[in-house]
Amino acid sequence: MALQDKYKQLIDTATANGVADLQVREQDGVLYIDGTASSGAIKDQLWDVYNAIDPNFTSGDLILNVNVAIDAAVTKVKVVTQSSNLNIRKGPGTDQPIVGKAAHHEIITLVNRSNEQWWLVRTNDNEEGYCYAQYLEPVEG
Amino acid sequence: MNFFKSVMMLLLATVMLYSCKPKDNDIKTEVEKKIATVEMTATTVDVKDGVVTVGGQAKDDAAKTLAESSAKEVKGVKSVVNNITVVAPIVIATDDVLTQSVKDAVKDYPTVVATVNAGVINLTGSITKDGLQKLMMALSSLKPKKIDNKLTVK
Repeated sequence: MALQDKYKQLIDTATANGVADLQVREQDGVLYIDGTASSGAIKDQLWDVYNAIDPNFTSGDLILNVNVAIDAAVTKVKVVTQSSNLNIRKGPGTDQPIVGKAAHHEIITLVNRSNEQWWLVRTNDNEEGYCYAQYLEPVEG
Repeated sequence: MNFFKSVMMLLLATVMLYSCKPKDNDIKTEVEKKIATVEMTATTVDVKDGVVTVGGQAKDDAAKTLAESSAKEVKGVKSVVNNITVVAPIVIATDDVLTQSVKDAVKDYPTVVATVNAGVINLTGSITKDGLQKLMMALSSLKPKKIDNKLTVK
């Protein structure tokens, strides 16, 4: 219960922003907050609150797993690497061979979301493969 | 005289009934003791006039029902309001899966050393402030048991 008090503001923020399937569970001294946010902005806001309560995330007492819901209609994604090109791989994993690259800020086709970490994409040159989802931002419309 | 007698009897009966009735606080203690054996977290027990309200999180429906029936067994309980929510157990990724997914997530942070042990991700090395949040976001979605972050923020 103490952890739910510590992260009360975070739980309240999640509730206020309509995070779907919100689950708050505590086990062995770790609080697990799971759910689906309707936008990346809400997820960022939750992480800002988390960082304010536990600066630099050093306490090791929270797993904040709120993902962003993606409209099934989304078919385009933008490459949001720091500055470099994004590797496209044969399979989902960094142990897989690189089959192509997508340029920084390029908009490419999303074929499907194989899992939360790896998405299957197709470049404008029709190269198909898997990219790390963290570097892909859904493009609406 | 007859009327006076019956009033007295009624009064006496009320006093006796009242003194026999367990007080709400005693009921609360007994119910808490009873349901302590049920697998639950964040358990709350409230009693008002013999009506018990139990809240908290149970791992399944069986535990929820058990908590309610256990509370009903306590003397003086009139009824039980069951506000217990059933919460699915927390799924932790296996070390094999976690090791691979952590490797993928830290690939672009060459100054970060990450190891996995019994579901716990251990982080050492250094990282930028901006990178830290991104990395923590990525790692938190991999279903670890815990993230032990000892990174130095540059």
